[in-house]
Amino acid sequence: MKTYLPTKFVVERDPERCIQCQVCVNQCSFDVHSYDTRDNVLACRQENCVGCHRCVIFCPTGALTIRQNPLDYRQNSNWRPEYIEDIIKQAETGGVLLTGMGDDKGQRIYWDHLVLNASQVTNPSIDPLREPMELTTYLGRKPDRVELDADLKSLKTELAPQVKIEVPVMFAAMSYGAVSLNVHESLARAATEMGTLWNTGEGGLHPKLFKYGENTIVQVASGRFGVHAEYLDVAKIVEIKIGQGAKPGIGGHLPGEKVSAEVSMTRMIPQGTDALSPAPQHDIYSIEDLAQLIYALKEATNYTKPISVKIAAVHNSAAIASGMVRAGADIIVLDGLRGATGAAPKVIRDNVGIPIELALASVDSRLREEGIRNRASIVVSGGIRNSGDVTKAIALGADAIYIGTAALIALGCTVCQQCHTGKCAWGICTTDLALTKRVNPDIGARRLANLLRGWSLEIKDILGGLGVNALESLRGNRLHLRGINLNNTELEILGVRMAGS
Amino acid sequence: MKNAMKTNEPTVTIDASGLHYRELNAQLRKIIQNGTQNIELKNVHGQRYIGTDLNRQVEIDIFGTPGNDLGAFMDGPKIIVHGNAQDGCGNTMNSGEIIIHGHAGDILGLSARGGKIFVRDDVGYRAGIHMKEYQDRKPIVVIGGTAQDFVGEYMAGGVLILLGMNLDKDTYHKAKFIGTGMHSGVIYLRGNVNEYQLGKEIGTAPLEEKDQQVLQQYVGEFAAHFGYNTDDILKQSFIKLFPRWLRPYGRLYAY
Repeated sequence: MKTYLPTKFVVERDPERCIQCQVCVNQCSFDVHSYDTRDNVLACRQENCVGCHRCVIFCPTGALTIRQNPLDYRQNSNWRPEYIEDIIKQAETGGVLLTGMGDDKGQRIYWDHLVLNASQVTNPSIDPLREPMELTTYLGRKPDRVELDADLKSLKTELAPQVKIEVPVMFAAMSYGAVSLNVHESLARAATEMGTLWNTGEGGLHPKLFKYGENTIVQVASGRFGVHAEYLDVAKIVEIKIGQGAKPGIGGHLPGEKVSAEVSMTRMIPQGTDALSPAPQHDIYSIEDLAQLIYALKEATNYTKPISVKIAAVHNSAAIASGMVRAGADIIVLDGLRGATGAAPKVIRDNVGIPIELALASVDSRLREEGIRNRASIVVSGGIRNSGDVTKAIALGADAIYIGTAALIALGCTVCQQCHTGKCAWGICTTDLALTKRVNPDIGARRLANLLRGWSLEIKDILGGLGVNALESLRGNRLHLRGINLNNTELEILGVRMAGS
Repeated sequence: MKNAMKTNEPTVTIDASGLHYRELNAQLRKIIQNGTQNIELKNVHGQRYIGTDLNRQVEIDIFGTPGNDLGAFMDGPKIIVHGNAQDGCGNTMNSGEIIIHGHAGDILGLSARGGKIFVRDDVGYRAGIHMKEYQDRKPIVVIGGTAQDFVGEYMAGGVLILLGMNLDKDTYHKAKFIGTGMHSGVIYLRGNVNEYQLGKEIGTAPLEEKDQQVLQQYVGEFAAHFGYNTDDILKQSFIKLFPRWLRPYGRLYAY
């Protein structure tokens, strides 16, 4: 069938600059560039271009430019090009539209409508370059009250397991199979260097990375891939995955092509078979059942590790979160509408779930109202872009933040949304060995650690400006936030006042 | 470690009455760490997680009714239940053996990737769901009675044998959606079943020589555990249920 899909990108090659070195041919995994050996010319199938910029960045002479195809449909506010082209795709294939990364529709991004405070005159700001500034965060259940032994000058209360992180930013769950082993190693090493944590996702942990266990969160999801005694033992935190922001309520499906020998070993399934993660965990149909799995894992780890539970942010997250805390979760993770994925049906990604800012604010408020906020740490994720977003999330009530997309961008990702094809030219979201070697763990770990270092310095700057010397003083302190361009309901849910008031 | 044969080892008995599961399991872990290999748990009344994450070759006899998640994440022990078991028995089990002299509840052997589970009587819903296999590990589940709906759902490996021994010759199995979403492994079903009771991802076939060998072995073990005669059980005909596609959901998507 002839495709009616128009070309998305135009590839321009400057003949003056091009030296026919064929780097572009070798770098493109989408078969855009090719070299015709008979005529000694570089040919281009620009209809294949996904706009990932791999060739542009690696062209040694800067001969390539990629532009959006200027082809214009007649202006129509309802029938925008994306919707026309989606219909064309489905008319030609009869399938579910798949996509990668997070929701790109730009439903209101509340971080852009929140601003932070700073000290002026009435209280002094602090200079973080010369005064101590504390970002240390402890994840885990905090006691309802603390008793001290006056004689021994020690704590009488027995504390639940706590995990200390030096930066309130952790690497979000991305499974081996979705991303490559080199990506996992980069994340693990950067987390270790920066004193924070990375998360295996639901595809198991490669034995090569067991040594980073002190900085590793392992996931137990509906597929139970790679979940075995050593996996639980090496981890610092065990996370039960109920849902993910990009695809709340639906399962996962790693196609057989991506289940290579190594992925098969880590997931503990045969090579080449589909790895199906059922939509629900079939031992969890209620809060009571969740408690059962939480305590199964506590038993399995002999009560030495916090158990985290991750859900997608949905309409009744606040009530669910309350149940999760009462079920024994030591950490609750909320993943918002803009959270990313290696592959999800587009209709789910773009239409299901709520923005993380609203979910975070309502969960934090609810747990406070019920007097149980201390019993679990809150970790949020879903499109966190910079240290400003991180700091605002902390002020809204988060204990820590997960970054996924931002971490991948640090490794080279340009958010071209082709993760589901398994052809990632940057070697990130693929298990093709010819591509995965493009991420060098030495360099990858450096880039990720650099990002966290940069953000830490910026967060300290913001705290100094606010006149506080510890992140703990900002946590859940919404008086430091003000809203811009928000209506009363939004302000009420976020629990912040209008700027100027 | 002692080199003596297991059977010569002394048996340690724990009276579980009135014990919370956390205490019971802590005691269990402690005596196993001390090298005890044969354990008897008396008066078990629904305590959960017995045997969870244990990874030694111990033998645990349970008298009473163990609670949910019996043997979850287990890697090695042999558990014999003299009574019924509840839900989640053998959840994500790696290796070991669970023998139940009675009924078992829902999601028996959920996501197990190894080990054997023998149930003398009936089981609840979704038995054998998402069992996997990997290298030399292959979970085996043998059920003497019948199962509820969705038995063998999502199966990605392993062997599930449903004997229906408490059904008379003209009675059909009750389970519907048998093997829904199954994409690897095999189910052997003894007794009658209607076409509509089978999931749309599975096909049926008569037994071949190698299937007979599999049945001979595992039905043999089942019969030995519960005092049946293997040949009597194997006399009645079986059908083999297998996944028609290794990738049942491979054609859903537009790229």
